[in-house]
Amino acid sequence: MSAQIATAPATPAREASVGAGHARWVRVTHWIGAASVLTLAFTGFVILMAHPRLYWGQAGNDLTPALIELPVSRNYHHHGWQLSTPSFPDGGAAVSAVRTYDILNENGWARSLHFLAAWFFVVTGLSYLLAGIFSGHLRRDLVPRATELTPRLLWQDLKAHLRRQTPPAAGGPPYNLLQKYTYSLIVFIALPLMIITGLGMSPAVNAAYPWLSGMFGGNQSARTLHFCVFAVLLLFLLVHVVMVVVSGFGRQMRAMTWGKSA
Amino acid sequence: MKDPRILTSRRTLLSGLASAGGLLLSGCSETQPPTYGNLLRMGDLLTYRAQRLLLPRRALAQEFARGDITSIPAIGTTNPANPNEPLFNAAGGEAYERLRSGQFADWRLAVEGSVTRPARYSLADLKRLPSRTQITKHTCEEGWSAIAEWTGVPLRRVLEAAGIRPGARFVNFYSFDATADSIDMLDALHPQTILAYGMNGADLPVAHGAPLRLRVEKQLGYKSVKFLHRIVVSDRFVDPGKLGPLQSGWAWYVGI
Repeated sequence: MSAQIATAPATPAREASVGAGHARWVRVTHWIGAASVLTLAFTGFVILMAHPRLYWGQAGNDLTPALIELPVSRNYHHHGWQLSTPSFPDGGAAVSAVRTYDILNENGWARSLHFLAAWFFVVTGLSYLLAGIFSGHLRRDLVPRATELTPRLLWQDLKAHLRRQTPPAAGGPPYNLLQKYTYSLIVFIALPLMIITGLGMSPAVNAAYPWLSGMFGGNQSARTLHFCVFAVLLLFLLVHVVMVVVSGFGRQMRAMTWGKSA
Repeated sequence: MKDPRILTSRRTLLSGLASAGGLLLSGCSETQPPTYGNLLRMGDLLTYRAQRLLLPRRALAQEFARGDITSIPAIGTTNPANPNEPLFNAAGGEAYERLRSGQFADWRLAVEGSVTRPARYSLADLKRLPSRTQITKHTCEEGWSAIAEWTGVPLRRVLEAAGIRPGARFVNFYSFDATADSIDMLDALHPQTILAYGMNGADLPVAHGAPLRLRVEKQLGYKSVKFLHRIVVSDRFVDPGKLGPLQSGWAWYVGI
C-alpha cells in the first residue's frame, strides 16, 4: 500500500473503502454493463460492415468522397454501380446511380439487437451513476483529486506500472492514479459520448434536437465519432483484460463477481 | 456493506426493470405493432414508445438549402418491372411496365379503408392539390445519407380530402414491388410527410420511386415506400406478412 499512499494522500473517507472490495451494486452494474457493451460492440461492427465508409458533415454516401474506408466486409470498394446520371439538367456535382451489387446487410437483426442492448446499457449506466453519486463511490474512489491532477504524479504512476512496482490490486478501491484517470475517462467521457453520438444518428432525435449532431458537424460526423470512440473503448477493453490477468485473473474475477468476502 | 442507500438503489433498479418489462409485455394490443414474442421486436416497441413519449411530437426534420443537395444512390427496387430484382412481383411488375410506357397517364392512387370518401387520384389530380417542396436528408439504415429536394402533396391533405374516420390509427402503403409498410397517424399527419412526385425539380425518376413515393422524414429511408399505387387507412395495425418489415426481420418503427 505504501506506494499508493505516497502518490495519493489518504483521507478518512478514502480509508473507509480500503479493502472493502467492490460494492454489490458495482458488481451487478459492471456485469450487465459489460454484457451490453460487448453486444453493442459486436452488433455495431455488423452494422458497420453494411457500409464500411465514414464521412464528415451532414451527409455522405457511396457517390460522395469518404473520410475513411474500412476494409471490413465484401462491401468495401464494391464498385457495383450503374453509370451515374446528373441530378440536375443544368449541371452541378450531384449525381444519382443505381446500385447493382447485392451488398452484405445483416442490419435487420443487428440494428434491433444494438438498440435493445443500448436500452440495457442506458438503464444500467444511469443506475450506476446515481448509485455512484449517492454512495460517494465516484467522488471517493474514481475521480482524481485536485492534488492528483499533476503530470508529475501521473508520470510517476506510469513508471511504477511499467516497472511493475505497483502493489497487488486489492480487488476493488482504492484505485491507483492511472486507474482513476482511465475509469474516469471511460465513465464520464467515452461512454456518454457513445450515447450522444449514437442518438445523433437517429432521424427522430435529430428532428427534435438538431444541435445534438450539430455540435459534431452533422450526422455523418456523429457516426464517424461513434466509430472512433468505439475504437478507444476496444483499446480500453484490451488493456483492462490484460491488467486483470496480470494482477491475478481468478482473484479479480471473484472480487468483481462475488465480492470481497467470497 | 449494509448501507441502506445501496438497498434502495437496488430496489429502484429492480422496480425500474420490472416496469420496463411491463411496457414490453403489453405489446399485444392491435393499436400498436405486434412483437410476436420476439425479443428484438419488443426492443423496437420500447424504442417506439419511448420516442413517442419523450420527443416533441411537432418537431420538424431539418431542411436544407439547394446548395446542400448531394449525390444520392438508388437502392432496393430501382425498377419494379425488372424480374431480376429481388422484390419483383409479377402482377405489379406487369402493371407497372404498362403504366410507365404511357408516362403514368393511366396510373391511379387508390385511397381507401377507414375513410368516409374513398377516392382514386391521377397524377394530375395530385399535382392540382397544394404542394410542398422540402430539401431533406434521406438516412439509410445501411449507414449512408443523402440530401435531396422532394416535391409532393402533404399526405395530410389527401387523407383529409378522403375524410379520416375517428377510429383511424395507421396508414398502410402498397407498392408495385413486393413491399408494403405502414406508419402511425402521428407520422401520417406530420406536415413533412408528403406523397412526392418530384425530385430535385424534375419528375420523380423511376429508380427513386416513380410516379409517387412516400417521404417520412423522421424515420429511416426504408419507410419512405416507393412506387405507390394504394393507400389504406386502418383502425388496427395491419401486418402485410412477407411484404412488410416485421416478418422480413426488420423493425417497423425506425425513428432511430
